[in-house]
Amino acid sequence: MKRYSAFALAREAFRNHQGWERAWRDAQPKKHYDAIIVGAGGHGLASAYYLGKNHGIRNVAIIEKGWLGGGNTGRNTTIIRSNYLQDPSAAIYEKSRSLYETLSQDLNYNIMYSPRGVMMLAQTEHEVRGYRRTAHANALQGVDTTFISPKKVKELVPIIELKGPRYPVLGALWQERAGTARHDAVAWGYARACSDMGMDVIQKCEVTGIQREGGRVTGVSTTKGDIGCNKLGIVVAGHSGHLAEMAGFRLPIESVALQALVSEPIKPCMDVVVMANTVHGYMSQSDKGEMVIGGGADGYNNYTQRGSFHHIEETVRALCETFPMISRLKMLRQWGGIVDMTGDRSPILSKTPVENVFINCGWGTGGFKAIPGSGWGFAELMAKGHSPLTEAFGLERFREGRFVDESVAAGVAH
Amino acid sequence: MLILECPYCGVKADETELHPGGEAHLTRFGPGSSDDAFESYLFMRANPKGVHFERWRHAHGCGKWFHAARCTVTLEVFGTYSAQTTEPPSDIIEKIAARRPGWAKESQA
Ligand SMILES: Cc1cc2nc3c(=O)[nH]c(=O)nc-3n(C[C@H](O)[C@H](O)[C@H](O)COP(=O)(O)OP(=O)(O)OC[C@H]3O[C@@H](n4cnc5c(N)ncnc54)[C@H](O)[C@@H]3O)c2cc1C
Ligand SMILES: [Zn+2]
Repeated sequence: MKRYSAFALAREAFRNHQGWERAWRDAQPKKHYDAIIVGAGGHGLASAYYLGKNHGIRNVAIIEKGWLGGGNTGRNTTIIRSNYLQDPSAAIYEKSRSLYETLSQDLNYNIMYSPRGVMMLAQTEHEVRGYRRTAHANALQGVDTTFISPKKVKELVPIIELKGPRYPVLGALWQERAGTARHDAVAWGYARACSDMGMDVIQKCEVTGIQREGGRVTGVSTTKGDIGCNKLGIVVAGHSGHLAEMAGFRLPIESVALQALVSEPIKPCMDVVVMANTVHGYMSQSDKGEMVIGGGADGYNNYTQRGSFHHIEETVRALCETFPMISRLKMLRQWGGIVDMTGDRSPILSKTPVENVFINCGWGTGGFKAIPGSGWGFAELMAKGHSPLTEAFGLERFREGRFVDESVAAGVAH
Repeated sequence: MLILECPYCGVKADETELHPGGEAHLTRFGPGSSDDAFESYLFMRANPKGVHFERWRHAHGCGKWFHAARCTVTLEVFGTYSAQTTEPPSDIIEKIAARRPGWAKESQA
């Protein structure tokens, strides 16, 4: 693989950009792999990458029914933060955030990580208490967050209206080192690095069945034929229930639609990410100047990748109260992704009832931030059978009542 | 926008008038049951890509719970029916079979 660099840019500028290589090979399936990952979203690709990089397992295929990064990885609002409440969450999300800081260098691919800071507004007394508690928990976990005053909020976000009629701003949980990244680039960067290690990223290939013999996986059926494997990782977000059905088990997961929208581009007006969980709305400004807006998830099972109109209305109404200047903006695009929700709003990284089948799912509305950390832990789980990062996130926690409860005040937090 | 007809009051309500309640026809297990049965009742869900039987409440109408059969891929509604039953009535099953040849209702674990 030719490395990207300032020198490469200059060289290509002098020869009409004729020398750039494909970022990854257009691979077709072999008969057998040591490991197959189903789903070329961020989590699937990162899992494969660390299988190769950290554990030397490189005879790997990543199988994707559509195009890589076309699932939730390419549909999210790219918020990266690690200010969770429970210790196991803090561990995996903070690992992830710290990997993001150097991911561009590690992958030799600019993922445009922008540690601009994430602010979670406290707009009720309950939220003030909740976020103070989170800030204390984070201090013990070594995650750098603070609870800030309304005055500080206004300094950081001049366009905010502190005295909103229904929900005044009473303070905020502030994580300065949190931020955003370019979502497609995360998928593309990992895919390029996987391909470079000799792995096959196979697109337009749908897994339609999971073959087993004596309770152990032997391969998958796909639209490009049968492919054998020793180990299988299912990393398909909203489609997890569907794949679990193929393998003959059920999951504590329901798939619902979550939407986002962007406005027309405007001049720079807000250089941090603001989340308002009481009213289910959050916003940041992209490098192109669009206001990127996300809201609440629908309440019913859905695989249509579009959501209900009234949710957009609720979100925008709430944000207009907090940011009166956006009330005149035109919205350009709206889309939805199918998110995999668990009861405790924490992910599942686990062995399954089928031997050598592993599952990484349940990231729901908030897994973009977790891609590097999840890949790191899941690769270790697949390679060694256990990982300190994923230990608390096994499927057995539901049966044993050991929830990693992150479903605090609002069910949605990205 | 999803529109369901409440089988009790006959109102065709859009989803803002309704409250979703998740998978229908779960068998309730309590103390004395096996761990498997209890876990499955509390947490495990079919979550199918296709025909789904589910609970809804006519929250801003008559207030009653009812059942709906719906496709999660196309949002097609096959019908709604009373909540006073442990399985979908035969006319609903026939309607689904007519619209989805080859479909078979998954047996409850
Ligand atoms: C609108 C929206 C906003 C969000 N905002 C944020 C945010 O701000 N911050 C944050 O951290 N998270 C956010 N999230 C959540 C985040 O996007 C997801 O948790 C994360 O991207 C999941 O990544 P993944 O790799 O698990 O899944 P995906 O990217 O969905 O990848 C799964 C892949 O599996 C493939 N697949 C499915 N079935 C099969 C099959 N049978 N055979 C082969 N391939 C298959 C799919 O095509 C897909 O490409 C948001 C999500 C949405 C929808
Ligand atoms: Zn009614």
